[in-house]
Amino acid sequence: MGEYETVIGLEVHVELATKSKIFCGCSTAFGGEPNTHVCPVCLGMPGALPVLNQKAVEYAVAVGLSAHCEITRVSYFDRKNYFYPDNPQNYQISQLYYPICRNGYLEIEGEDGTKKIGIHEIHLEEDAGKLIHEENGGGSRIDYNRSGVPLIEIVSEPDLASAGEVIAYLEQLRVTIQYLGASDCKLQEGSMRADVNLSLRKAGEAGLGVRTEMKNLSSFRAIAQAIAHEAKRQEEILSGGGRVVQETRRWDENEGCSYSMRSKEDAKDYRYFPEPDLPPLVVSDEWMEEIRGRIPELREEKKARYRIEYGLSEYDIGILTESRQMAEFFEDTVSLCRRPKETANWLIGEAMRLRKESGGGNGYFSFSPKHLAGLIRMVEAGEVNRTTAKVVFEQIFRQDVDPEVYVKEHGLGMTGDAEELREAVRQVLEQNPQPVADYKGGKEKAFGFLVGQSMKATKGKADPGKIRELLKDLLS
Amino acid sequence: MRERTAREIGRGIREKRWSAPEAAEEFLREIAGRDSQYGCFITVDPELVLSQAAAVQRKIEKGEYTGPLAGVPIAVKDNICADGLRTTCASRMLQDFVPPYDAEAVKRMKEAGMVVLGKTNLDEFAMGSTTETSAFGSTKNPWNPEHVPGGSSGGSAAAVAAGLVPAALGSDTGGSVRQPAAFCGVTGLKPTYGTVSRYGLVAYASSLDVIGVIGRDIWDCALIWDAMAALDRKDSTSLTRSDKQMFPLSDQGLAGKKIGIPKEWLEGEADHEMAAAVESAAGIMEKLGAKIQEIRLPLTAKYAVPAYYLIACAEASSNLARFDGVKYGYRTGEYQDFHELYRKTRSEGFGSEAKRRMLLGAFVLSAGHYEDYYRKACEARKRIRGEFAGVFQDFDLILGPAAPSGAPRLGESLGRPLQMYRRDIHTVAANLAGLPAVSLPAGLAQNGLPLGIQLMAAPLAEKTLFDAAASYQKEVPALVCPCRKEA
Repeated sequence: MGEYETVIGLEVHVELATKSKIFCGCSTAFGGEPNTHVCPVCLGMPGALPVLNQKAVEYAVAVGLSAHCEITRVSYFDRKNYFYPDNPQNYQISQLYYPICRNGYLEIEGEDGTKKIGIHEIHLEEDAGKLIHEENGGGSRIDYNRSGVPLIEIVSEPDLASAGEVIAYLEQLRVTIQYLGASDCKLQEGSMRADVNLSLRKAGEAGLGVRTEMKNLSSFRAIAQAIAHEAKRQEEILSGGGRVVQETRRWDENEGCSYSMRSKEDAKDYRYFPEPDLPPLVVSDEWMEEIRGRIPELREEKKARYRIEYGLSEYDIGILTESRQMAEFFEDTVSLCRRPKETANWLIGEAMRLRKESGGGNGYFSFSPKHLAGLIRMVEAGEVNRTTAKVVFEQIFRQDVDPEVYVKEHGLGMTGDAEELREAVRQVLEQNPQPVADYKGGKEKAFGFLVGQSMKATKGKADPGKIRELLKDLLS
Repeated sequence: MRERTAREIGRGIREKRWSAPEAAEEFLREIAGRDSQYGCFITVDPELVLSQAAAVQRKIEKGEYTGPLAGVPIAVKDNICADGLRTTCASRMLQDFVPPYDAEAVKRMKEAGMVVLGKTNLDEFAMGSTTETSAFGSTKNPWNPEHVPGGSSGGSAAAVAAGLVPAALGSDTGGSVRQPAAFCGVTGLKPTYGTVSRYGLVAYASSLDVIGVIGRDIWDCALIWDAMAALDRKDSTSLTRSDKQMFPLSDQGLAGKKIGIPKEWLEGEADHEMAAAVESAAGIMEKLGAKIQEIRLPLTAKYAVPAYYLIACAEASSNLARFDGVKYGYRTGEYQDFHELYRKTRSEGFGSEAKRRMLLGAFVLSAGHYEDYYRKACEARKRIRGEFAGVFQDFDLILGPAAPSGAPRLGESLGRPLQMYRRDIHTVAANLAGLPAVSLPAGLAQNGLPLGIQLMAAPLAEKTLFDAAASYQKEVPALVCPCRKEA
């Protein structure tokens, strides 16, 4: 690629996490029998009218503010006219001329340090229904449950130069939006969708080359592959003296290549015009400040605070702040037990291992921070040893048990009574005359065996350090 | 009963001189006996009407309905949804479409105890000025069945004129309530845009559409508007009324009022009989204390009609896109793919005037033409609003014709669409500017057909408008269509 550099801009659609649709009261819940979350408005029945969901506006503004955008104080909706059966009105209500957010940026960690990726605009629009084609010419059916689900489209500037930067930008976007609670941003489930605009230009040139738009990218892996593939395809065209055609292409993940969907000449004329059924959308000072006030501490702010407040490693901080749920869980636990490092170790080690085992994704932990904090306190107080603590933690993870109750009920408490412990070790020595003799004869290995036997005799509840002390004392 | 106003029928019910079912039965008999001559109604379901009337009567007796309209029958233009009755928009496209909901206006009528008598004929999707583009056949003017009743609310206007119903709802996008009311010698009210919810009105041009009332006189129209007009959260363009105390309407409503008569409206399209009718109405109003003055509306005179047709058609091209055979309504018989499904369904389902307007609208919104046509039309609209705002700083009301003349003959309009469009010159301005306006009967032309004048007021100045119209109608009583006597 030496001769050319890649220029990439992204159009990212994100489904907003509102309970109801953008222009009617129907549920946005995923799944559901076809056409059960529908009403005259989202079915495009004659005489039905849209009413804007204020929560969708608040999410869009929150995303815009978090991405350093200007908020358009009087924005408008426009109709995008096109005929397609998944679109019940045969127009989509969107924002063309005055989008709700403009001129922002996100920062990513690029190859040469921090890089600002410009955000051209964020606009609100409605999702379409879903076409279901039956096999063997059985016709097509349409499910309008998704029709009218609120979307924001985040259009970046062509500031991205590689697949790595694209992934970093998408990650940053995803984490930010998830922190805001504005969407769960799942590529696989389609709640986040990215279209890649890519062109090449001679290294060092200022102008932009002819670009293509790549659609149907359903994972970060597909995005990276598609970028590599498309850059190579364009490079081959250009270095062969050809010209790239401005077109929309569809990525085929199974085949690992893309196909032309339509060229610029076939581009539809959407006949946009201002939506007459909706008045101008006014974001007042008060409303904007209210929304700003509700924006939680975002990841970068959390990271900075964790460094100072908790003195954790960058690695730990990275994992703990990956999602707002994780970070809040961590903070809640620490506020109870005041042991950040211990808390981090439990969450990053055991909790993540168990979540992975149980096949969970980035979902919430279902146990209470109070119980983890309790366990940490018990370990520190010497009430359980670490081996037992892991067993108890698993029960906390799975069933949210109260560690104190659980330890008591299952007799897992550390044997703390010195006399009782001394007696147990004495019995072990009596029952194992040979290893005792071996140890006294100078075989250090026999000591380990005696420690093991003593632990076994105390059913693992004793502190191994104490046992060592006792053994040394009794054998001396 | 057919000579009575809505409020007289309501009073009779309250005073137990007749019941709601008796009133409904009488009008059902009128329709059964005489509507075949006029073709006012598309759908009448007598069983549903009588069961509704009986239910209303029970509620009147229980004291749940006490208002002046309780038990009074009303007809509804067939582009306004009423639960359980098909809403055809006079189109093959929706010939069997039964909406599962009431329009907000209909819901509020029912809450006032009114009984929906049936659905009235219109130009297809309210696109027309004659009620001749209906897929269910044209409506005839009860004053002379060789003439059109006007349009697009021709069925509603003719039904009221013929005494088939005391009052009817219409919709007014560019004059579709006022002009047919004028042609049929009855009173037509187009309220301020946004005062009556559009929820359930099948959209023609969303930024211009408003539901209005056709009645015997301004008192009936005002009462019915009062029952319908309220902020509705289902319509984001809905407005809050500003009138404090609407009733009783004053009979001194013209005293001291400044009325402007746009000079341009009495020239050009308006014929001399119409101009004379306006002059004579102005004389009466002057006698009632109004101060009349000639004004000029140069921008409105020049740009209102083209701006109206560009904007209305543009919005219509988008609003009517949903009728595609996929979800409801007419679907063509055979098709290979969905492109063909769309093409054939829409070619077969729509009549030619609807197609003309959708094509014109799609054209003016298309790339390369948007700036030249649609955007300029919006700019013209803004200036027209400004022109009216200027006038209403100095004047309370504007007086003009409701149409250039009386009703044309059947069959002479559709062949010359541009000429037909130009004849909307007096009515479209109120829609572009969102103003309230009424058309009032103002005598008969030489040919015996009614002429109508129009009064307009500033947005939300319904009280001023109604009081003025009431004062005028105290002096100039409602016309009686000869057909009501002959029958």
